[in-house]
Amino acid sequence: MTTLRTTPAGAATTPPLPGAPSLTGRPRPLETVVRWILRAAAALSVVITIGIVISLLGPALAFFREVPVLDFLTGTRWAPQFADKSFGVLPLVTATAWTTFIALLVAVPFGLGAAIYLAEYARPGVRRTLKPILELLAGVPTVVFGFFALSFVAPVLLRGLLGIQVGTFSILAAGLVMGFMIIPTIASLSEDAMTAVPQALRQGSAALGANRMQTTLRVVLPAALSGIVAAVVLGISRAIGETMIVAIAAGARPQMVTDPTMEGATMTGFIARMALGDSRIGSLQYNTLFAVGLLLFVLTLAVNLVAIQLVRRFRQEY
Amino acid sequence: MNPTDRTLEPSVKEAPAHAAPTTAPSARWREERVTKDAPTPVLECVDVDVRYGGFVAVRDVSLPFGHNEITALIGPSGCGKSTILRSLNRMNDLVDGARVDGKVQYWGQDIYGPGVDPIEVRRRIGMVFQKPNPFPKSIYDNVAYGPRVTGMDVDSMDDLVEQTLRRAALWDEVKDKLKQSAYGLSGGQQQRLCIARTIAVEPDVILMDEPCSALDPIATLRIEELMVELRDRYTIVIVTHNMQQAARIADRTAFFTADVDETSGDRTGVLVEFDLTSKIFENPSDSRTEDYITGRFG
Amino acid sequence: MTTTTTTTTTPHQRLATDGRSRERNPRSVIFLVALWLSLFIALLTLLTLIVSTFIDGAGRLDSRLFTEFPSSRPQQAGARPAILGSLWVIGTTAVLAIPLGIAAAVHLEEFADRHSRFNRFVEVNIQNLAAIPSIIYGMLAVGFLGLLGVANKNIVIGGAVALALLILPVVIISTREALRAVPRELRQGSLALGATGLQTTWRITLPAAIPGISTGTILALSRALGEAAPLLLLGALVFVSFDPNGLLSGFTTMPIQIFGWTNNPQAEFRELAAAASLLLVGILLAMNALAIVIRNRYQRRW
Repeated sequence: MTTLRTTPAGAATTPPLPGAPSLTGRPRPLETVVRWILRAAAALSVVITIGIVISLLGPALAFFREVPVLDFLTGTRWAPQFADKSFGVLPLVTATAWTTFIALLVAVPFGLGAAIYLAEYARPGVRRTLKPILELLAGVPTVVFGFFALSFVAPVLLRGLLGIQVGTFSILAAGLVMGFMIIPTIASLSEDAMTAVPQALRQGSAALGANRMQTTLRVVLPAALSGIVAAVVLGISRAIGETMIVAIAAGARPQMVTDPTMEGATMTGFIARMALGDSRIGSLQYNTLFAVGLLLFVLTLAVNLVAIQLVRRFRQEY
Repeated sequence: MNPTDRTLEPSVKEAPAHAAPTTAPSARWREERVTKDAPTPVLECVDVDVRYGGFVAVRDVSLPFGHNEITALIGPSGCGKSTILRSLNRMNDLVDGARVDGKVQYWGQDIYGPGVDPIEVRRRIGMVFQKPNPFPKSIYDNVAYGPRVTGMDVDSMDDLVEQTLRRAALWDEVKDKLKQSAYGLSGGQQQRLCIARTIAVEPDVILMDEPCSALDPIATLRIEELMVELRDRYTIVIVTHNMQQAARIADRTAFFTADVDETSGDRTGVLVEFDLTSKIFENPSDSRTEDYITGRFG
Repeated sequence: MTTTTTTTTTPHQRLATDGRSRERNPRSVIFLVALWLSLFIALLTLLTLIVSTFIDGAGRLDSRLFTEFPSSRPQQAGARPAILGSLWVIGTTAVLAIPLGIAAAVHLEEFADRHSRFNRFVEVNIQNLAAIPSIIYGMLAVGFLGLLGVANKNIVIGGAVALALLILPVVIISTREALRAVPRELRQGSLALGATGLQTTWRITLPAAIPGISTGTILALSRALGEAAPLLLLGALVFVSFDPNGLLSGFTTMPIQIFGWTNNPQAEFRELAAAASLLLVGILLAMNALAIVIRNRYQRRW
């Protein structure tokens, strides 16, 4: 074979043949400039995060110079506007925990059930019709959900149909509606996770004589677990951060919530209500907003990072 | 031979295959056309290794690609023939972690040398892919795309599109629907459109990566005829799984195989033999080539 | 399975009935009914919400809603400045967020080195930003405007900045998905002709991704249109009795107006809130439906 090689390896150092086309690139200034613009746009997201941290941290630190962190985190009385001030954030945290818990109680079973139906049972045509309708539910603005809680869920559904004694404002009504709001989030992400499970696993299970329910419960759900958990965790993140529903329907009185029929102020609800008032920039009241905002940011950040890790792990599996 | 000379002088010697394009090319004209002499290399690999990450995909390949010849790269799957093909116009640059050592000489200059712009390289060394990949645009715009993006000095784009489509033997089939989407064409027509798109930018070399593997036999035959016609103007390198295809159209053939590392199980492609196609298929000098050709392996 | 040999039916028939009965045992049926109910509840919620809002507000969904300014007298009140304010704010938000989001997505999907630590950080960061509570973006906008020394924060550009930052991660993520769905072969085909990376993106990849990008962008804008929380922090809940007329103009938006009316104990204002909700839900559902139609119809299956 080597007889056919015309140029010995050493010939690499010879200059190009006469008349050889130039391979040198033209300068492309526009290309360079545009690439830098694109890069800057991507880097902006980091600037936003830094901006968030700075705008929260500044006033929050001023707040913590006046109120010890430990008092803030462990105090059970929240009264920033009264003469007898108290800055224990636990009432807000318990209200948030309750609304989130109730929302999950609604959204996880119904969302997951809808996802299982769409991913494992529905014929393609049915799925193409039902899934978009389900997604429409996610398009309803939260302020309208809040109004719905106030005008229908509390008076008609809870008091009227179910006979539960709730006032105009209650943690229960807000939590329930929040749950309805999160159903599409959980359903959509879990369904993605289930459809990503390889068909071979289902066929393997069916070949062993399992019916569809057994296959779903014993094969598909475990295989899609990290994706489903990620969906639930993202649902938690949305519930913690949801503002308008609780601002409208949960009430404004900050108290330790022990019973969901009580009214209560969540972290976001407090921020929304407080923002309506006229608090002077730099005042303790104003800084209080940002201290609660910082706590909210840290909480959701932790939850989000867990979800992102889970999604990443799931993507690696399949 | 100088590429600008060639473009100024488009009328080329009439090859027998060109005179009778409908008959399948036979081994005879090939013997008449190609001398036993070494090819004048337009493009040449010199001691080329290709790595992906730490893994060596192809090792130590030296191969000249003769001017206005069709060179076929054959061999079993995983022998690195497509990898070598993609290193010839720096398409490997687009793969994460790919690295090419050694030299790929184009008219005597290393395309991996300093100051070489891969975009210029690809403009002169075109590529046709395994699956037809027309752009989601009209047939006309598919052909005009290359001249437009490379800023070619074109008097009349309409004329250029027509000429190019004629050269790709597609004009008669599409002349009435130039403004329609390329996706309406059959698979074979799409692939010929991709070839037309490639020759519209006047490259020197056309690399073809199993261009017929997604096509039916009749469409395959038409592409083969087209390649034989195009050989008069272009240097063609084709990777193929189909040995008959190599035997039908290639002037020279390179046979690759994979060396399997005993301990790690890694497969590394190596060049076994390169010669006139007739020699490879009728009288190979390496027993591995013979085993592959006769179907004892691969 | 072994029982098939002891019966008189052929193994084939036996297996068939076996399969059906396994799918029809009581537990399977209950399971399926439960799944049905789950989906039904979600759809029922949507329906109930629309019907109950309709009952509450249909009587007030008339021309006054579009032409009148807010008033302390419910009969004369309308949402004219809120509707115009929403248009101003969303228009500005779109102008800010869409080009930026597409640019960032193009960089991350087409040009960035996926293995670089910084780019991986950027990616996690964007996913996190997409899940941060919207009210936090209001605090960011307050901080940003405070930094610029803007005293009156309730201006169109302030609200638009807050909403643009809020939807930016959503636009980036959905644009990246749309770009990812464009087959690599198209990019390679373009590059193999001597096109530059940017030419390939501009002439091949982006046009092919337009349906996906529009879907994601419409959904993001509909989210911004329905969002109230970040604007509350800018002080948008005010009595606006003039038409907004510029980027520095004061404003209120429809969700804020609805919130304001909801807070009012007078029943007539509740009716107004319901009427405005109907209008807002109608617009948003239309936008969502449009996005879904674009996705289903125009997105090429490669």
